[in-house]
Amino acid sequence: MVSLTYIAAALATLPLIFILVHLVRAGAASINPAFFMQMPKPVGESGGGMANAIVGTLILISIAATVGLPIGIGAGLYLAEHKGKRLANTVRFLSDVLNGLPSIVMGIFAWQFLVRPAGHFSALAGGIALGVMMIPLVTRTTEEMIRIVPNSLREAALALGYQRWRTSLSIILRTALPGIVTGALVAVARVAGETAPLLFTAFGNQFWSAAIQRPIAALPLQIFTYAISPYDAWHSQAWAGALVLIGIVLVISIAARLATRSRFGSAVD
Amino acid sequence: MLNESPVDSLSLQPESVDDAARRAAVVPRLLFQPAARATRAAESVATVCLAAQRLSAFFGDIAAVRDVDLSMETCRVTAIIGPSGCGKSTLLRSFNRMHETVSGARVTGSVLLDGIPIYGDGTSAIAVRRHIGMVFQRPTPFPTMSIRDNVAAGLRVREGKMPSRRDTDDIVEDALQRAGLWAEVKDRLRTSAVAISGGQQQRLCIARALATKPRVLLLDEPTASLDPASTQKVEELVYDLRSTMTIVMVTHNMQQAARVSDRTAFMLNGSLIEVAPTNALFTTPQDARTEAYITGRFG
Repeated sequence: MVSLTYIAAALATLPLIFILVHLVRAGAASINPAFFMQMPKPVGESGGGMANAIVGTLILISIAATVGLPIGIGAGLYLAEHKGKRLANTVRFLSDVLNGLPSIVMGIFAWQFLVRPAGHFSALAGGIALGVMMIPLVTRTTEEMIRIVPNSLREAALALGYQRWRTSLSIILRTALPGIVTGALVAVARVAGETAPLLFTAFGNQFWSAAIQRPIAALPLQIFTYAISPYDAWHSQAWAGALVLIGIVLVISIAARLATRSRFGSAVD
Repeated sequence: MLNESPVDSLSLQPESVDDAARRAAVVPRLLFQPAARATRAAESVATVCLAAQRLSAFFGDIAAVRDVDLSMETCRVTAIIGPSGCGKSTLLRSFNRMHETVSGARVTGSVLLDGIPIYGDGTSAIAVRRHIGMVFQRPTPFPTMSIRDNVAAGLRVREGKMPSRRDTDDIVEDALQRAGLWAEVKDRLRTSAVAISGGQQQRLCIARALATKPRVLLLDEPTASLDPASTQKVEELVYDLRSTMTIVMVTHNMQQAARVSDRTAFMLNGSLIEVAPTNALFTTPQDARTEAYITGRFG
């Protein structure tokens, strides 16, 4: 019986290992400075890169984080501080429903309310669609991380003469911060690879653009376009793009971990 | 300017008229002015520092504390004993308005700190808690702060300017000295406050409460989660601290009450049954229920 769980554990990690190995084998050959510096080349010309898509994805993630993190963390703080209240329960339920919403539906929603009134596709619409997708993820992890902060810390701060808001911010939120950051990163990583909500919001762009009110290229869209093309050169570019996308998520994770690392090492966690 | 720090204005030194005027200017929102501190010389005439009058505390409709009248003298240790659930902790939490932080909780009657009602109109709970420190059953160091920052935590939220770095260092050292922890942690003030032992953490929490120089220190079963050696240290500390402040301690350990307190109050089912000098209460209790409890017949 125990051996079965070992096998299950091995099978659980196998897909990731398989994907990583294959990505490196298929994509590493196309990764070179030009891939990061250059624009896509027309069919038939060799070389070229995805500079516009890499920058586009970074811009989209930034917009998404700007929208999703404050709202998600604020809502999580509210849910944790008002647990048991009817409104809190309703908010939590709706947040879970939002979490289960198919991403393509989020894209249609963003198209209807952001793209159509504006009359054109834009990075802003794509970023907001991704940001809305982040909200329920961030809300839930924030609430859970705050809830595991012992109530005795809240009482200790209040007994010292801390105001309620100050207790929430500088004691409770601060104590829960490493967990919240981890949750936020999971959310960023999750939306960084989303393709469906971008199809009719950010739309993609074959040319260089960093303007948020214009259509913008994104790695997932570029990977999609190249992967379904009939050209071998584009296929290997798509693999390289996938590798870079994973690399971006990894770098963001490591950077934020370092930034929020406890001053005291493993003694505090 | 060093003298303008609000912490300094609450210091134990006798103050001049100028000091008092400056404090009134620096701390305008403070609605009660602590009276000049009684010295040991004035011991024979014990003044009342904290007094509960017809105090009842409720959770919703349930009264956890009923009609308690209790006076706690300046620079004395008052112990509150009684069986579990008798309302002793709730009573203690009514003294610094921590009771009302629980939803549905409320208080009737009054509590006077140096004659000023802490539940009076316009008196904020925050201001009250800055004058009445509290230490809990379990050590509660803030895990994200260093030992030094933990001790200084209460200074940051006082009215007026935060004391300078150097003044803060002095206050931290003084508080740790008074809590008997300085020698043990002076070389690792910048390290995590949760890396020290439980007993040290509890004394750190006492130091944190002392740093803001409160008039009164409330201790809610401060040794309940500590080993015997740490318990002894905390008890010695309480014994020493009463020369400078009024202490109210809840304990379920009668030997502890007998060892460290000057007066002991016995509570049962939310009511105050008897209060007397500790010696008298344990040797010649007036109430049959007190006698039954201290001789171990219930509770």
